[in-house]
Amino acid sequence: MRSEREITCIVCPIGCKILVKSDGKKVDVLRGHKCKQGVDYAVNEALDPRRMLTTSILVKDGEWPLVSVKSSKSVPKDKIFDVLEEIKRMDVKAPVRSGQIVIKNVIGIGIDIVATKKVNKS
Amino acid sequence: MISREVDVVVIGGGPAGLAAAVSAKENGAKSVLVLDRNSWLGGILPQCIHDGFGVEELGVSLTGPEYAEKYIDMADKNGVEIMSDTMVLQFDKNREIIAVNKKGIHRIRAKTIVLAMGCREKTRWNAMIPGDRPSGIFTAGVAQAFINLYNVMPGKNVVILGSGDVGLIMARRLKFEGANVLGVVEILPFASGLPRNVVQCLDDYDTPLFLNHTVTYIRGRERLESVTIAQVDNNMAPIPASEKEIKCDTLLLSLGLIPENELSKDAAVEIDSATGGPVADQDFETSIPGVFSCGNCLQVYDTVDMLSSYAKVAGKNAAEFKSGRKQKKKSVRILAGKRIRYVVPQVVNESGSVSFTFRGEKPCGASTLYVKSDGQVFFKKKLRFVNPANMIQVKIDISPRLLKSSKTLEVSISEK
Repeated sequence: MRSEREITCIVCPIGCKILVKSDGKKVDVLRGHKCKQGVDYAVNEALDPRRMLTTSILVKDGEWPLVSVKSSKSVPKDKIFDVLEEIKRMDVKAPVRSGQIVIKNVIGIGIDIVATKKVNKS
Repeated sequence: MISREVDVVVIGGGPAGLAAAVSAKENGAKSVLVLDRNSWLGGILPQCIHDGFGVEELGVSLTGPEYAEKYIDMADKNGVEIMSDTMVLQFDKNREIIAVNKKGIHRIRAKTIVLAMGCREKTRWNAMIPGDRPSGIFTAGVAQAFINLYNVMPGKNVVILGSGDVGLIMARRLKFEGANVLGVVEILPFASGLPRNVVQCLDDYDTPLFLNHTVTYIRGRERLESVTIAQVDNNMAPIPASEKEIKCDTLLLSLGLIPENELSKDAAVEIDSATGGPVADQDFETSIPGVFSCGNCLQVYDTVDMLSSYAKVAGKNAAEFKSGRKQKKKSVRILAGKRIRYVVPQVVNESGSVSFTFRGEKPCGASTLYVKSDGQVFFKKKLRFVNPANMIQVKIDISPRLLKSSKTLEVSISEK
C-alpha cells in the first residue's frame, strides 16, 4: 500500500510542507520542498523518524545545579523517553566543559550525550 | 562617581549586544564596552537549551548555550570589554550613560551607543485574564529559566496559553521532565510560533492545540486549581456556551514579547507603536544621532541568526559614526500598508540598497508585495506565502531620485 502524506519540515524556520508517497520501504518526495536538506528530512521522517534530543543533567559541585546536554546524533523517536530516563538517573561532576561526553553510548544505541555548556566548580 | 570615555557602549550582553560589539571592534572602534545586568553573557540563550540556532547563519544546528559561546569567544578574542552585574540607569542625548554596580556609580561618555536591551514577556495583565490571583501562573520564559537553569519544576499539570515559540518549546520540555501538558490554548485561528515547533514540540507528543480558544477565568485560593477555556467568535469574543473548566496547577503564558525600551523612552528616543522599538533608519540609527538600536529591543526577530546579522550592521555603523558629520538630509517615512503589521527601518534618509524587514498581518497563500512612492508602485515582488510567524526580508534599491521625490513609501501585500 503506497500512501501519500504531508510532512512539515523542521530543518529551518520556513517549515515547508512536503508531500511524500511511501510504502514504508521506499519514499518518493513529490513536492513542496525548497532544498536538499528538506528532501533528506522528508525521506527519513517517512521511514525512520528521529529527533535531536536536548535536556539537562545534574551537576555535582558546580556553579549551576544543571548542565545542558544534547544527543550526539538524532535519536529514534520511540527511544526518546528511554534516553531521558537514563539521563535523569545520572549526574556529572564539575567542572564540565562544552563538548564533553557525559554519557557514552546511552542505553546502548550508539549515541553519546554531550554537554553544551561550560559549568565551573562552585 | 567613576568617569570614563569609550568609543562604542553597547547596552545589553545578549546575542544582539555581543554581535554588535564584535562587529564594532572588527570595524575599527578602538574601545567597545558591553554593559549587562546579569552575571553571565548571552542573555536568554543559556536557558534555551534546545537546538535550531545557527541553521541559517552557520549551516549547523546549535543549542542556545553553544551559540552564545561562539559570540562570547569572539568578543573575548576581539578585546571587547565586558562589565557584567551592571545596571544602566539612564543615558541621554549627549550619549552620557549612568550605570551602577558593586564598585559604585559609573559615568560613561560614549561616542556612540548601541541599544541591545532585548525584550520582555507579556504577562497576565497584558491579556487581562479575569479570576483569582493564586500562585502557579508563570510566563513561559520564567518557567524555562526555573527548569533549565535552576532545576526547579514549576508544576505538574500544566495548561499553556499562547502558542508563541517559547510556549511550544516549553510544552515539550515539561513533557520531558514528567509533567502533564493538558493543552496549548491559542486565541488566533493559527499557531503563532514557527511551523517546525508545532511539529516537534506538540504533534510529536500528541499535545492538543486549541485554536480559536482562550482562557476566560483563573480559579484557585492558594495554588492554581483550574482554568476555564472557551472558544472565541470571529471578533475574538468568548462564546459562553463553549466554556469548559480544566483542572490544573500551573498556567504558562506565552503571549508574545515586548521590546524593552524604558531607557530609550526616558532619553526621548522616538518609539514605533507597532514594533514597540525605536524608530530606526537604514543604518539602525534612532531619532537621537549616534544612538543605534538592534536585536529584540528594535523588533522581535524570528531567529537569533537573523537578529545577529542585523545587529552586526548596527555595530558596524556605530563604529563608523562620525559626530559632526553632515546631517542626514532628506528623510522619507516608510508606512505599513494593507496586510502589513510593521516595517523596519521606519525611515530612509540615504539612497542605496536598503534591507527591509516586515511582518504580514495574517497568513495567506501566494501574494504580491508592493512598495509605493506617494501612491505609485515602484517595486513588486512575488511571495510564495505569508505567515506572521515568518518575518519577510526584502532588499530594495532606493535611488537618489526616489529619495528626493517621495514623501512616504508604503509597503503592502495583496493576495492573488
